[in-house]
Amino acid sequence: MEFYLPIAELPVNIWLIVGMSAVVGFISGLFGVGGGFLITPLLIFLGISPAVAVASVSTQIAASSLTALISYWKRRALDIRLGLLLLSGSSIGTICGVMAFNALRRIGQLDLTIGVSYVILLGGIGLLMLYESLKALRARRRGLASKRPRGGNHPWYFGLPFRMRFPASGLYVSVIPLLAMGLIVGFFGALLGIGGGFMIVPALIYLFRVPTMVVVGTSMFQILFSMSGATMLHATTNHSVDFVLALLLIVGGVFGAQFGARAGRHLKGEQFRLLLALIVLAVAFRFLGDLALKPEDVFSLSALVTPIAGAAE
Amino acid sequence: MRSGHIIIILLAGMMACTNPVRAESLILSLSSSHVAITSTYIGTDMVVFGVIGRDQASATRSEHYDIVVSARGPRNHMVVREKASLGPFWVNQREQKFIFVPATMAVASNRPLDEITSPEMQSRYQLGLGSAIIAQDRRDGRFAEALIRLKQRDRLYETLPHHVEFITPNVFKAVIPVPARAPTGLYDVEVALMSDSVRLASQSTHFEVVKIGFEQDVADAARLHGWLYGFAALLMAGLFGWLATIIFRRD
Repeated sequence: MEFYLPIAELPVNIWLIVGMSAVVGFISGLFGVGGGFLITPLLIFLGISPAVAVASVSTQIAASSLTALISYWKRRALDIRLGLLLLSGSSIGTICGVMAFNALRRIGQLDLTIGVSYVILLGGIGLLMLYESLKALRARRRGLASKRPRGGNHPWYFGLPFRMRFPASGLYVSVIPLLAMGLIVGFFGALLGIGGGFMIVPALIYLFRVPTMVVVGTSMFQILFSMSGATMLHATTNHSVDFVLALLLIVGGVFGAQFGARAGRHLKGEQFRLLLALIVLAVAFRFLGDLALKPEDVFSLSALVTPIAGAAE
Repeated sequence: MRSGHIIIILLAGMMACTNPVRAESLILSLSSSHVAITSTYIGTDMVVFGVIGRDQASATRSEHYDIVVSARGPRNHMVVREKASLGPFWVNQREQKFIFVPATMAVASNRPLDEITSPEMQSRYQLGLGSAIIAQDRRDGRFAEALIRLKQRDRLYETLPHHVEFITPNVFKAVIPVPARAPTGLYDVEVALMSDSVRLASQSTHFEVVKIGFEQDVADAARLHGWLYGFAALLMAGLFGWLATIIFRRD
């Protein structure tokens, strides 16, 4: 069934979009990540302009993160104080990210930057997770309980000035590295059109040793507010939020995520991390291929962002 | 009475003598003055009807007529970029800007353009897909070629060599596709009457592609009331996000 999207200005098959977002929703429900890093490239592949894809996906991520947040909230599995701190860092990062997005688009290197960022971020995080989960799996097979060092020797950045207590996470840490991390996540989130869950979750686990129990809820809290802000930013400046597209993505995503979350309960922690690592690495390899293989057509066509002054040079 | 007759005959004779080549004229009509984009829009066809008017001087001529119909969508500025390998990666390097590029273009004719007239005449009369674009390429033409090729790949540019049909020797019909991804705006339709590689007459008309109903309401809301629209989108997101927890409440 074809439906003409009012803002994207092209007809799409409703079931294709709903089905696609359901599959991505399943994966995101399974792993507690937003799924923006999977759905945005898919929409662009269908011919939807990157601006509309990024804007409408941010609305969808707001919806799915709210659903997730409600269930974590009921279980008190989140650290609001930590979430607020990450949010304040990421809002500055988001503004810088939007500016970088526009500047790179003007000079025609946006695709390259997005590709390289995905390869570095996803590749790095994926390898780290793969290494960690394989080590944990091997340790368990040998019958050893995987012990994670707690307390005692903290990394150096915990001791920087402005230390703050986070009772829900059992953390006493300087706010500087947390704000910096929020900034980086916000920057790449705006640049790549993703919520950034796949960056925050491993960072909180591995760099800040936040208990896994509160990590996903806290990340969802931060994502809900940053994606709501992104939706408003896109709606008021570029008018690029497609209501119908967002609705289709939400319907598919919501159902997929619920089934994903149920399937996730049967997964053991190490298997879970191994699977997520493999998915993240697969996406990284896809982007690496785009960068390194000779493209089918070396030419590409895009609308000129800068007005006639540039064209008449 | 008599002198009146003489004057008319004289006038007719003068017209025939002073303008013997441009004796034909064209009268056009479109099947509709606009294309309405609704929720179920997946592209459509615009039919161009035309009548070739002939006066006494041309009526006796027995040449073969050719018709070339060019429909061009709203224009905007585009940039074509070329990737080249830089170390291990393929990176955009050279670029070429093109101004006033039609978003869509369809060139329909009763037989292939190259049979109708020479390439030189095609570019003089601005027939064919590339004429205005190729002139802008300051290099070897590869960027203009790429632009046309990419537009063709997306089915936004099309040459339709056999889409003009003569109903009678003087009445023709052309079917111009309006693609699914045609942007809203004004579309120019230009018809050239050719004979023996020369243009005898040309005439133009236009139609508009507009969103109506729901499509228009949403687009207007997004453009005119950005804050309200964004807020509504978030409200919808919130509603569905919350509903999901109700529907799937199990534990």
